Amino acid sequence: MDFKVVDEIIDKYKDPSGRILGILEDIQDTYNYLPKEVMVYVSKKLNVPLSSLYSVATFYSFFNLEPVGEHLISVCMGTACHVKGAPELLESLKHLLGIDVNEVTDDGKFVLTTTDRKFSLSSARCFGCCSMAPVIRIDDRIYGYVKIKDLPAILKEYGWKEK
Amino acid sequence: MRVFTDSRIEKAERELLAADKPRISVGLATCGISVGGDRVFEEFKRLIEEKGYDVSLKKTGCIGFCKEEPLVNVKLPGKAILVLHRVTPEDVPEILQKVESGDDSFNKVLFQIDVWDHKTVPPISYGQPYEGIKRWQEIDFFKYQEKLVLRNAGIIDPESIEEYLAVGGYRALAKALNMSPEEVIEEVKISGLRGRGGAGFPTGLKWEFTRKEKSDKKYVICNADEGDPGAYMNRNEMESDPHSLIEGMIIGAYAVGADEGIIYVRAEYPLAVERLQRAVEEAREWGFLGKNILGSDFSFDIKIVKGAGAFVCGEETALIASIEGRIGRPRPRPPFPAQRGLWGKPTNINNVETWMNIPLIILKGGEWFKQFGSESNSGTKVFSLVGKVNNVGLVEVELGTPLSRIVFDIGKGAPGGKKIKAVQTGGPSGGCIPEWLFDTPVDYVNLAKLGSIMGSGGIVVMDEDTCMVDTARYFLDFTVDESCGKCVPCREGLKRMLDILDDITKGRGKKEDISLLKELASTVKVTSLCGLGQTAPNPVITTLKYFEDEYIEHVVRKRCPAKVCVELIEYEIDEEACTGCGMCARRCPVSAITGEIGKSFSIDKDKCIKCGTCLDVCKFNAVKKVSRGLEDG
Repeated sequence: MDFKVVDEIIDKYKDPSGRILGILEDIQDTYNYLPKEVMVYVSKKLNVPLSSLYSVATFYSFFNLEPVGEHLISVCMGTACHVKGAPELLESLKHLLGIDVNEVTDDGKFVLTTTDRKFSLSSARCFGCCSMAPVIRIDDRIYGYVKIKDLPAILKEYGWKEK
Repeated sequence: MRVFTDSRIEKAERELLAADKPRISVGLATCGISVGGDRVFEEFKRLIEEKGYDVSLKKTGCIGFCKEEPLVNVKLPGKAILVLHRVTPEDVPEILQKVESGDDSFNKVLFQIDVWDHKTVPPISYGQPYEGIKRWQEIDFFKYQEKLVLRNAGIIDPESIEEYLAVGGYRALAKALNMSPEEVIEEVKISGLRGRGGAGFPTGLKWEFTRKEKSDKKYVICNADEGDPGAYMNRNEMESDPHSLIEGMIIGAYAVGADEGIIYVRAEYPLAVERLQRAVEEAREWGFLGKNILGSDFSFDIKIVKGAGAFVCGEETALIASIEGRIGRPRPRPPFPAQRGLWGKPTNINNVETWMNIPLIILKGGEWFKQFGSESNSGTKVFSLVGKVNNVGLVEVELGTPLSRIVFDIGKGAPGGKKIKAVQTGGPSGGCIPEWLFDTPVDYVNLAKLGSIMGSGGIVVMDEDTCMVDTARYFLDFTVDESCGKCVPCREGLKRMLDILDDITKGRGKKEDISLLKELASTVKVTSLCGLGQTAPNPVITTLKYFEDEYIEHVVRKRCPAKVCVELIEYEIDEEACTGCGMCARRCPVSAITGEIGKSFSIDKDKCIKCGTCLDVCKFNAVKKVSRGLEDG
């Protein structure tokens, strides 16, 4: 693995305030998750115990220790979304994507990936788009007022095929 | 005092007032973007370039009327601003043609703004009003609002410091630098401003604590880790008017004697981060941040730190731990952050909205500020009015405004004529307030009396189709997940409460569960270390207090009156109403629906996973949810 990118990221954060979170966030943006060898490298370079980095990575919901699929779908579980049917959206998405509902990831976070690694499904706390509830986000795009019946059409934009 | 004269401000002022050419601005906060505002903006941009129209195209934030987005402000020279609603890219060519030909008969006009009071300058006349179009303050949604914090949102371009300056920006800073730090603090104390993050601690007093600490280094922090689900005021405030926040922080830093500021923004708000970053850079270029600000001997700079998704980081000491690169676990106070905060140095932390009130208080005076709001609850509060309510959006009202005014006069009740049952305020730390108490004035004191809290300002409306037991379970599920795990009552107590609520919502509840829940709730409340645990039982306590009958229905009759709890409901197809179109059967993910096209269909209850797809896709209202409970077997 090429650590030049990681060095560049680390060099960006000189000021100690927000340094660790910033570095890990940038690594996740680059690799889509936090690869173990990168974590080991960062730990040595910053002289921070790997266990500390690991505790940060597992404490905050933003970080993934496993690679996620090509497209990350997050269903907002905020209060407004909840009362407007987010649980049903999540249930329906699991079935459309063929994700096993009983599957749990090792780090205990709810991120489930399809077998072809095309989609990952997760729940999010709140995107702050409560006025458009229920809301889902796919990659960087937020969809408001989502209905169960709209889901296939939305997924098709990302190359999903009806089985 | 330095007087701001710069040709750039004058140019921005001219453009804002559109003295010489038409101005179109598209509401591009995250909410506007998520319903297609960005595509509308792109279409304007494309056509303006392609056709060479002489139109100035701008971004703006959100004026708060989220239900009507995407919103587009159209301003012809010398005329008032017309606000068009629910604009799609298809509307763009016509709008542009009309703008170009000076034809003002636009479709989709919602209201007009002829005069707007940005508060930091005398009210600005944007132009001659149109006849026959309602002014903004004649619309019920705005009629009862008082815009102090949202004074610029949805009017100015948040990505332009010149426009902020054109409406009186950074004048408060100049005034503050001509006052002593003690005088600044005194003014804030006079205003009676209380922390807008939820706890309501007097801001001036907090500043004084940090001011009095002797240290070589002090920090100010903006808590923008808006974590309450259902609340998004801070996101909009940062996206719509980032400079107001920055100006407030600079004044605060001057008052407490800090030279470094940090804005801690949650990771879920990328656009807010982007706009703040830009605003900080602009403020630096103009000399409002950096060394010797406005030629004074005061130096101060701001950096932005992104959170990584942890609700507990809204707690001050957890937030500080997070900035220091550790997991966000609160620690006992004292010492308070004012004594030992970030990196062990005195630190003053305020919420986004608290900071945004500061420039107004300094410029207009604490006494002026106190005219808004009620006794010991001065000023306004921005609420995100969401859930089962017609007019969803951001609503800024004076503190002390009754809930009924917010929910019914501004929000216009529930869609579909449904009956409103309650509102939930204060997120997972707050409580549910039943409809019969809606004459309660909304302020720190009165909401606490009802067992809820003001919190950061989320108001989630719940109607007859919302199950209060499920709501309590929902919040407990949230707090269990977000508990940092440090202290036992919160970590174990909440988990146990959730187990009980799980049982109740799944029809496995026992009568003694209700008293056990009450006991656990009070124990967790008094014995937890931080605010998260101390307030996490509130949703349970308030729903038990006001809606105990719903709990009893679940426990005794195994029935969910609102037909929400999945294990207690069934889906059925009404044979009379079913036209036999087969849509439900085609879309059922588990093939639980069978029947014959043209005749009628039925659901195999053993196979059904209750995902609700059939109900959603049926065009004939033939699919029904039922919760029979024990009486019907």
